[in-house]
Amino acid sequence: MSIRFNFGGDEHIFGEVSEEMSLTSFFTGLSMTNAVRTAGILGVTEICPANASFQIRFNPDIVKPQDLLSELKSMEEAASKADPVLKTRIIELPVYFQDPWTRETCLRFRERHQDPSSTDLEYSARISGYATVEEFIAAYSGQPWFVSMVGFVAGLPFLYQMVERKKQIQAPKYLRPRTDTPKLTIGHGGCFAAIYSVRGAGGYQMYGITPAPIYDPTRKVRYLSDDMCLFKPGDIVKFKAIGRDDYDATLEEIEANRWQPTVRQCTFSLTDFNGDIYGTNAKLMELINGR
Amino acid sequence: MAVKVISPGLSTSVQDLGRPGHYHVGIPEGGGMDRFATRIANLLVGNDPGAAVLEATFMGPELEFTQSAVIAVTGGELPPKLNGEERPTWESFSVKAGDRLSFGFLKGGARAYLAISGGIDVPVVLGSRSTYILGALGGHQGRALKAGDELPVGEGSGKAGLSLPANLRRARNSPAELRMLPGMYWHRITEAAGNRFFEETWKVAPEADRIGYRFRGGTPLEFVEREQPFGAGSDPSNIVDACYPYGSVQVPSGTEPIVLHRDAVSGGGYMMLGVVISADMDLIAQLQPHTPARFVPVTLEDALAARAEQRAALARAEGYLAG
Repeated sequence: MSIRFNFGGDEHIFGEVSEEMSLTSFFTGLSMTNAVRTAGILGVTEICPANASFQIRFNPDIVKPQDLLSELKSMEEAASKADPVLKTRIIELPVYFQDPWTRETCLRFRERHQDPSSTDLEYSARISGYATVEEFIAAYSGQPWFVSMVGFVAGLPFLYQMVERKKQIQAPKYLRPRTDTPKLTIGHGGCFAAIYSVRGAGGYQMYGITPAPIYDPTRKVRYLSDDMCLFKPGDIVKFKAIGRDDYDATLEEIEANRWQPTVRQCTFSLTDFNGDIYGTNAKLMELINGR
Repeated sequence: MAVKVISPGLSTSVQDLGRPGHYHVGIPEGGGMDRFATRIANLLVGNDPGAAVLEATFMGPELEFTQSAVIAVTGGELPPKLNGEERPTWESFSVKAGDRLSFGFLKGGARAYLAISGGIDVPVVLGSRSTYILGALGGHQGRALKAGDELPVGEGSGKAGLSLPANLRRARNSPAELRMLPGMYWHRITEAAGNRFFEETWKVAPEADRIGYRFRGGTPLEFVEREQPFGAGSDPSNIVDACYPYGSVQVPSGTEPIVLHRDAVSGGGYMMLGVVISADMDLIAQLQPHTPARFVPVTLEDALAARAEQRAALARAEGYLAG
């Protein structure tokens, strides 16, 4: 497998690791962007990993596009052979599934949906082969997710669930995008979950809402005072399903600025994961449960 | 020193030369959409070229000054009026405490840049004073201006009567020709669709803002058939969500191309046909809705030559103003 490199105008190089999504491709892309960052190439201005691709922005007045391309190509072999081990962290995020706010929004934009007669959760559960919404939510929140990209808007994570492909939940986007999505909605489109960092337009199916801010441009939220965005590509996230009472209680703690998410440092080996997916996940989840 | 906002215009925000370095967490570079006009406005009033200015879209604000200053308006032809009396664009002039600045109707272009000696002194966030409205970040309270706002202005020392001659301003072309380097996911469309894309004349759609410019009026694209890759989504224009370059041309469902601009969404799941070259980004900033536009394919060498030409034009203008 070789990376398809492409110039994006005169200021970007785009590298597509693979057309389809896989954790292996994500890791290759992440290794590439890490290598570019470590190399400290003069003239490189933005280093952006994505799901199965990455993008480097540069100033062609400082570094010649062809020279940068040659340098990136020289890193490719090492990146695809790199021992796919990542020092990262696991973050537990409380999510109130079937909440009244995404439900209200979902009903308001019903005519833009594939199935106007069900909710997004009912529809997604059915097409994914789950008998009930509760079983669907259990699958959604039962195994952790990788942050495979941050973007679209400030601080919005794309999440890819750490399960084998046949268990990946897939759902289409709305037929026509909504003009509104509540802030902190957990949404799903294609094989990716996303958390809407700000209120706004959106096309993902809506399943729930987290009380925890993930982007704070004012940096007042205690755990967002250094980095205004909570998530970085490579983070691992575990959703914890909560009910209305927990949601309200957490929100109160957040408003008093006393709350912070449970975060544990961890090491993730792609080889170990591929050898034993659920065993690896169980060990990761022990880190947050064994408190 | 401060500037009071009497009325904000249609969409007026504080901008400078942007905040590169945060695109990987979805925070775009931002800054004045027309970089040339942003820089020149500042130089005309004796500021550093990267000082914060006001960017007014289609319609100017009405402002009141609390102290003397030197100001200049560049970019689109949005005629400034001082206490009701018309003043030239691309030329610095003095204002005193209590003076009111308003604007006449837009005669050309789409965005005007107002620099005030000393620069708009809102807090620096992530290295810039630019407003990123979608993320409520930077500028004045992270948003476009509203009536009643008061903007702090730094200490400056500009001279009135400095102007940039018309031959040193940017040449306009009409219909707009947007030079673009084909690539990215170009292989997803048929050869006939690719040829048509460049042959047809498009028009700027009303959905044209700091995030991106939408175009319509051309024939929908035909895609090369394929089984969609895992994770990409079912529409033939879908890809596994990837980064979007500044200037990239995405075509959701193959119907209306969108060229992303300074406040770009940093990524998403639509295939891109290529990227408008850096030298033509300022030109897009000055396109009004309904303006006819064509996309013109160029090579990387052409793009770099155009960039060098643009840099030389800026250097000539800067050289002239430095006297």
